[in-house]
Amino acid sequence: MISIKNLSKIYQSKQNEVTAVDNMNLTINKGEIYGVIGFSGAGKSTFVRLLNRLEEPTEGQIVMNEKDITKLKSRSLRQERQKIGMIFQHFNLLWSRTVFENIAFPLEIAGVPKDERKAKVSELIELVGLAGRENYYPSQLSGGQKQRVGIARALANDPKVLLCDEATSALDPQTTDDILDLLVSINERLGLTIILITHEMHVIKKVCHRVAVMEGGKVIEQGEVLDVFMRPKEKTTRRFVQQVMGTEQEEDPISTYVKAYKTGKVAKLHFVGDTANQPIISQIAKKFNLDINILQGNITQTKDGTYGSLYVHIDGDEEQINQAIQFVSETSVEVEVNGDA
Amino acid sequence: MLRELFPNVVIEDLVTATKETFYMTGISVLGTLILGIILGLLLFLTDQKGKTYKTMNFIVATVVNVFRAIPFIILILLLFPFTDWLMGTIRGPKAALPALIIGAAPFYARMVEIALKEVDKGVIEAAKAMGAKTSHVVYKVLLPESMPALISGITVTAISLISYTAMAGAIGAGGLGDLAYRKGFQKWDFDVVLACTILIVIIVFIFQFIGDFLSKKIDKR
Repeated sequence: MISIKNLSKIYQSKQNEVTAVDNMNLTINKGEIYGVIGFSGAGKSTFVRLLNRLEEPTEGQIVMNEKDITKLKSRSLRQERQKIGMIFQHFNLLWSRTVFENIAFPLEIAGVPKDERKAKVSELIELVGLAGRENYYPSQLSGGQKQRVGIARALANDPKVLLCDEATSALDPQTTDDILDLLVSINERLGLTIILITHEMHVIKKVCHRVAVMEGGKVIEQGEVLDVFMRPKEKTTRRFVQQVMGTEQEEDPISTYVKAYKTGKVAKLHFVGDTANQPIISQIAKKFNLDINILQGNITQTKDGTYGSLYVHIDGDEEQINQAIQFVSETSVEVEVNGDA
Repeated sequence: MLRELFPNVVIEDLVTATKETFYMTGISVLGTLILGIILGLLLFLTDQKGKTYKTMNFIVATVVNVFRAIPFIILILLLFPFTDWLMGTIRGPKAALPALIIGAAPFYARMVEIALKEVDKGVIEAAKAMGAKTSHVVYKVLLPESMPALISGITVTAISLISYTAMAGAIGAGGLGDLAYRKGFQKWDFDVVLACTILIVIIVFIFQFIGDFLSKKIDKR
């Protein structure tokens, strides 16, 4: 578990003070993938650098691996850092070293003997899917492959925690997904706690269990990813949700549809969690003598389930329609009906 | 035919002078490399916040700037007592070494500093995040990652050193500069001056070629 209390970072300059991180409090569970999202300048990069003290906190406490990071002297801090892996937006590999030597680098720092280093590096190369590229130089690799080297390097000393600073922001969408899949599989296989900084809601949606939204150095909203998706409270959070779900129309689409149809009813089905996997539409069609027309839908997959909504037009016998709506509301799909057409 | 073109050239003298020039250049390049890298690292590593760092940086920077400002020919004269004490003589190729190294190292130190500043900050940060000590950062990141620039820097410095050796020659250090000065200036044997010039140009080309080759070979970016 990682607990962060009253964490602040203030940059002093002659003219003014800049508060990059402002009294942050977070608890991150062991083995979870915790996302921190924010626009640039929100303080998320500073935040992640405070965790391994690449930046010195001005105030506050960080407890990680049962140790108070903020109190460590430089020698024990260096030892502790070996147990905290970190990957970067621009990979930060040494161009002068091959893939193999780059991954061996943290092991050299930790003083691991040569034979053990070799075995460990080979294992890691296998894990990140770079077999056969041991002797390539970073300049000969694609962005995705470079980040794989970065991940292997970060895992070399068997860390308990992995910090990801915009790790996929320099990659194309396909490569981003591949790298995210790799992170999830590492998280599951090694039970690693991952803290992931990003400005892309897609990344949060795909891999994170919980998320914190940062703005102006503060956490403005946090919780389970699905909850945040469903009920975003803050404006910034809504903007992030819109990155994935598309912009909500000004006017409720239901009323537009209601105007367009003369008979039947328009309903909005709200899917959250596992319910999206139920074949609810075909069940209605089979059970009741009704015509169902899908008008608009937007469903997205998060790590813990599905989230989205579907607008349908149901036409047929009034009694049957009511029964069908009753049927849907008894399942875990939320239904919202807006008047008769 | 060569005899006709260079009637006054004595082959033995030329060979001895070339050897002396190679000796002075070789040893002083090595000395400059070591001293320059040490000074350059000091300049780079002390360039950060904190009073101790600031003071150290100021001292090193002042030493570097002062020695870089002194014209080489004056530096040799200035260093006579030091040279005499260190080498036991103020004549011959050996006696030229302290002045050559002290004259060139500050110049190279600045080039080292620039080369180190060019190293990707992100890579240094990554090494620190892995728990690297400063010595790890120096030996495993800073020096290897700046190696091409360090090599091209020492190549440029080596070429200045060759011209310094010629200047040192003028006040009795030996080498091709000395030969050209004695025979050419004092006896007006212009062909000797020409022969010395050709040899010096060849030596410069050799150094340049080796430097370019190494710098290119080592660069995997």
